[in-house]
Amino acid sequence: MAESEKLNRRQLLTVLLGSQFAHSVGCDMSKLPPVGELEHTSFDIGHLLRDGVKKAIRPDVHEDVGVTIVGGGIAGLAAAWRFKRAGFNDFVLAELERQPGGTARSGSRDGFKFPWGAHYIPVPMAENHALIELLSEMQVIQALTKGGQPQVSEEFLCREPEERVFSEGRWYEGLYPGHGASQEDLRQLAAFREEIDRWAEMRDASGRRMFAIPMATGSNDESVRKLDKLSMEQWLDERGWDSPRLRWLVDYSCRDDYGLSPDRVSAWAGVFYFAARIAGMGNESQEVITWPEGNGRVVDYLRGVGDDKIRTGLAVFRVKAGTNTESSQVAAFDTNTMKPIGFRSQQVVFAAPQMMAKYVIDGFSASGRDSTAFRYGSWLVANVHIKDRPEDSGFPMAWDNVIRESRSLGYVTATHQTGVDYGPTVLTWYYPFADVDAAITRKQMMNLKWADWADVVLSDLRRAHPDIDTLVTRVDVMCWGHAMIQPLPGFVWSPEREQASKPLGPIHFAGTDLSGVALLEEAFFHGVRAAEEILAVRGILDQPLVEIRND
Amino acid sequence: MLNRAPLFLLYLNVLAVATCGLIYELIAGTLASYLLGDSVTQFSLVIGVYLSALGVGAWFSQYLHQGLARTFIEVELALALVGGLSAPLLFVSFAFVQWFQLVLFGTVFVIGTLVGLELPLLMRILKEHLDFSDLVSRVLTFDYIGALLASLLFPVLLVPYLGLMRTSLVFGVLNALVGLWGTYLLRPLLTKRGLAGLRGRAFLVVGLLVVGIIKADTLTTWTEEIILGKAVVHAKQTRFQRIVVTNNRQGFQLYLNGHLQFNSVDEYRYHEALVHPAMMAAGTPKRVLVLGGGDGLAVREILKHDGVESVTLVDIDPGMTEIATQLPLVRDLNEDSLMDEKVTVINTDAFVWVGQEHEPFDAVVIDFPDPGSYSVGKLYTTFFYRRLRQIITADAVVSIQCTSPLVAGQSYWCILRTMEEAGFNVRPYCTAVPTFGVWGFALASPQGDLVVPMQLGKLEQELSFLNDSMLANLFELPRDIQPIETEINQLNNQVLVRYYDEEWRGRE
Ligand SMILES: Cc1cc2nc3c(=O)[nH]c(=O)nc-3n(C[C@H](O)[C@H](O)[C@H](O)COP(=O)(O)OP(=O)(O)OC[C@H]3O[C@@H](n4cnc5c(N)ncnc54)[C@H](O)[C@@H]3O)c2cc1C
Repeated sequence: MAESEKLNRRQLLTVLLGSQFAHSVGCDMSKLPPVGELEHTSFDIGHLLRDGVKKAIRPDVHEDVGVTIVGGGIAGLAAAWRFKRAGFNDFVLAELERQPGGTARSGSRDGFKFPWGAHYIPVPMAENHALIELLSEMQVIQALTKGGQPQVSEEFLCREPEERVFSEGRWYEGLYPGHGASQEDLRQLAAFREEIDRWAEMRDASGRRMFAIPMATGSNDESVRKLDKLSMEQWLDERGWDSPRLRWLVDYSCRDDYGLSPDRVSAWAGVFYFAARIAGMGNESQEVITWPEGNGRVVDYLRGVGDDKIRTGLAVFRVKAGTNTESSQVAAFDTNTMKPIGFRSQQVVFAAPQMMAKYVIDGFSASGRDSTAFRYGSWLVANVHIKDRPEDSGFPMAWDNVIRESRSLGYVTATHQTGVDYGPTVLTWYYPFADVDAAITRKQMMNLKWADWADVVLSDLRRAHPDIDTLVTRVDVMCWGHAMIQPLPGFVWSPEREQASKPLGPIHFAGTDLSGVALLEEAFFHGVRAAEEILAVRGILDQPLVEIRND
Repeated sequence: MLNRAPLFLLYLNVLAVATCGLIYELIAGTLASYLLGDSVTQFSLVIGVYLSALGVGAWFSQYLHQGLARTFIEVELALALVGGLSAPLLFVSFAFVQWFQLVLFGTVFVIGTLVGLELPLLMRILKEHLDFSDLVSRVLTFDYIGALLASLLFPVLLVPYLGLMRTSLVFGVLNALVGLWGTYLLRPLLTKRGLAGLRGRAFLVVGLLVVGIIKADTLTTWTEEIILGKAVVHAKQTRFQRIVVTNNRQGFQLYLNGHLQFNSVDEYRYHEALVHPAMMAAGTPKRVLVLGGGDGLAVREILKHDGVESVTLVDIDPGMTEIATQLPLVRDLNEDSLMDEKVTVINTDAFVWVGQEHEPFDAVVIDFPDPGSYSVGKLYTTFFYRRLRQIITADAVVSIQCTSPLVAGQSYWCILRTMEEAGFNVRPYCTAVPTFGVWGFALASPQGDLVVPMQLGKLEQELSFLNDSMLANLFELPRDIQPIETEINQLNNQVLVRYYDEEWRGRE
């Protein structure tokens, strides 16, 4: 197959969804929904930035501003929030897209709100001061217990029923496919849980949790670093855990949180996923906070705070660090006016993905840094509008609805948290390109049209909902190219990653990728941290919200 | 000429006719025992009437001389119509007619008479063409085989798979086909005049019955009837639930998704206990809110209080409130309460509705179905009760039905504890509703000192159950209904649905 060749329907479905589709009719697209759109992240502008051409563009308009924040995802917005909180207003935030929020942004249509990416946060533990501050400000956290544990308002905790899984023609409660599990399956599940509990309970020599969120507050002891050398699959193998049900649970979890299958996820990240959310032995996993629009709610709140400082449609293509006597320079291409624009500031927060740094920051590679270790995975997200609920057999529709036999992650029901259980709703369907990188090239992906993707989405949903075609009114698809940092084995505890958070002169870095795992908490932490570093340099840091580890 | 027709075809005819006859009889017998109970009596009576009618038919056949073949076909078609429609007919009449037994035995008699006519007619038609002794023995043999077939098919295949309604229609079609076929088989014996008309009628009957089979959504209705053991008067699948109204000797019943909501026989006990304590405790409430209760029965009780200026009823299902305003049975029972000018009906999910802004209410009656699913369980959470608090006055009184404290103690006390957690002062009470058993309610108010009402005053004359001593009695808990510790029901745990499921499973 030539690289640029377009995949036919059968190939596409087989590659993405599995061999059950090997016999699909070649070109049966008759069942497509009436309307929908396909959106890509602004990759063309991204590509423009990588080209040497950019060096030739020189802005002739310059604005002088204390700090320039590059990138308006959660990390950049968090930095803005922190500045405002400190009463520091001399900054600007430059965001490439028309909307800030990055991979946490959301959409709305016909009275529905729905996520386009990130959609939940586990209730933070007492140690996560910065996030507790934010969520309290948002009135999501109502109070703290004496022990400092946050108490979240009932309406923001994920409403029961939380999860269900479709398996062998029927929906079951929960995520673990317990139906028909053997004694051995259950024994292994118990052993697995015990092992996770053990990690959750353990403390290192400095009294830190082995796995904590943000990960910088957890241990960097050799015992956890060691895990990073293995894949999650090897880690399971070493323990002799071969129960297909347990394997499925771990596989699902890895794809859900990291967009990777367990053979490509660092065992550190695999254990982190489970252990960091458990307060200690015998505790359940932390409950999750969610909204109809997912983490878009946090984006909107932060946007409200930083409002007057946020400039959208600005593609930053060059950052040049200043010196003691000279200011730093940030050059952007304003896609609103199609003209370049420059900012001169004392400090810069670089809150765009690390992979951009070497193209954008002058002398980045020369400084001995290497961002090639930062690898990112692609995702497909679809918002499927339906005019009524599908007929179900078994457990009723939940917030998270997972199809066991599928390589997709299933869907989240947008109206779940509003308490509306009948009538029209929007299903947000997720698909990580976890193990298909080899089978489908980026170019082939880019060649696919809305109809191709809509067909993939509906073919997948049809397995659990044979009546879906009669209900769908609209399918919108978002292709997230290189959107999520991949915790491949060896990456999380690599010197490249550990070094990446350190400032490069006046340039301070933020972004979830600096943690090696993609989480709102990590992005938020780094944004706040970068802002506090700058506030400290400027001598105006009052009460730090995050601790900066010096080891 | 008739000799040319293969003989076995004629015998097949006999077989079909005999099977149909017995099936009709069995349907009538089964139906009578379903609807009226006491199957021994019903079956004996039906068999008695049927057999005597057979005799009447046979006796009557001697007076028929001319156009035997034609009469035979006419009889087949009449039988197809009466027999085929017997089950639907009996059902409908049971629901709407006082003298049901008259219809029942009348139908059985007509069917019996027609079946009684059939065989003698057929034998007389054939006797001119066949050896008589041969004929009698063959015809009778096939008649008995038909009877055997019917009595085997009926319980083993027909009732379980087709249900009574479909069985009756299907055999009606078979019967009509025999008639239609007769117009070809007996063609040499029929005059040309009117033949087309006869065939036309035969086609019409077949068509009618086939439409009956397709149209009547009987299968589901049937399952319900068998489960409920009562006649289904009205059944409707709405977007939210399946609503079924049944009828038996004592009264009529309304089921939501197979769960009994009320029985007309003793619903007054339930509704008086649900409504009046809260209304009395609230003083003279002007603005009253009813959540759930789309049957209009709670509203009927509320309207007995003079001071009431407006009643707002929020029920998710327009299908339910339509029944309450349109089905005569229910309208009689709720005394057209939902049509009262003080009453406003809103069809929306109460969960969403309580989150909106409303002028505060002075009294609230909560009459949701039991918390058997998550989508109902959310209406019993701290979150819901907190929102409710926002739309009532500081001294409003709320009453709520909360399942049976005897069967489902954890569920009952969980509801009360959840209301307390949401800032309500709560008082448990219960009473006996024969068709439900011991039923639990609670009185709740944001006010600190919720005084239990002791006097009904002039209202008492309008009631069928409560009097002053009974009113006070409601709040005296027996020894087997005492508070127990439970968790609090929240949106993110929905413990109540779990309690309820454990406590009621296998008990209904
Ligand atoms: C499909 C999907 C689902 C996810 N689900 C969850 C979830 O449920 N929970 C969770 O916690 N996390 C989830 N994540 C992870 C999520 O990415 C992080 O939580 C967090 O939102 C990342 O924020 P960030 O600011 O670090 O990076 P990003 O969100 O990547 O933000 C980077 C921003 O920089 C901008 N930018 C890039 N280049 C330039 C440039 N040259 N000039 C100007 N601006 C630029 C981008 O447009 C973007 O807005 C999900 C991610 C994906 C892709």
